[in-house]
Amino acid sequence: MSLGNIFDIAGSGMTAQSLRLNTTASNIANAETVSSSVEETYRARKPVFAAIQQSVLDSQGSGLGGFGQQAVGAGVRVEAIVESQAELQMRYEPDHPAANEDGYVFYPNVNVVEEMADMMSSSRSFQMNVDVMNTAKSMMQRILTLGQQ
Amino acid sequence: MAITFDNALGIHQHALEARTKRAEVLANNLANADTPGFKARDIDFQAMMRRAQGEMSGLSMAQTHAAHMDTSSPGAQGQLLYRLPHQPSIDGNTVDTQAEQARFMRNAMEFQASFQFLNSKFSGLTKAITGQ
Repeated sequence: MSLGNIFDIAGSGMTAQSLRLNTTASNIANAETVSSSVEETYRARKPVFAAIQQSVLDSQGSGLGGFGQQAVGAGVRVEAIVESQAELQMRYEPDHPAANEDGYVFYPNVNVVEEMADMMSSSRSFQMNVDVMNTAKSMMQRILTLGQQ
Repeated sequence: MAITFDNALGIHQHALEARTKRAEVLANNLANADTPGFKARDIDFQAMMRRAQGEMSGLSMAQTHAAHMDTSSPGAQGQLLYRLPHQPSIDGNTVDTQAEQARFMRNAMEFQASFQFLNSKFSGLTKAITGQ
């Protein structure tokens, strides 16, 4: 029954979105984490999404021609989490305990506004996947009542 | 005339199956709403239904030779077609979330309708068997 696949697809979407939310939380939490060198400074993290292609094709096909010849997608996966290579913010704060010998501290390249927008986008997408799963559930529950009076 | 489930249930069993498949494709579109470069896909339900109807009535074009061309449209075999995006996006993604969600909901409602038809076919059969 391919209704079961919808649970996997929506589940993969929810996993990916919650991971994206996780990186956003980490970025916002570390938005003001300063350090005294470029290497040690926190960099904004971003997940890279990629579509999963179903590897096993159902060769039988359905009564309506089926999908035997091609792969139906099977959801989304997080391929990698990359660190942003944008320029770090260098600020002259000689009184800061983390200042280097020239009096500079390095702030992360986290754009808080962008992160907030990302957060809203991922929470909406998460909700959408939950809706899809709920609909699939009610479809499945109806199928189970087939033939009952 | 032989009585088979195929004859008794009509097209509704195929419709239900096609609806399930379409729900899967649309769910996949929605799950990949944020995937760069993902192209939204869909199936041509009408073409599939027409083909199924033609097959059931036995009026479809027969292919008796290898060189005969398939006269049906590519969507009729249940192939996944690509959606034409209304507006381009920078990351190459063609999923229009709201439109996809509306289609998914509509598909779920039509699934319920097909289910209702199938269910009443079964209750009709049950009535006939019990003779009440």
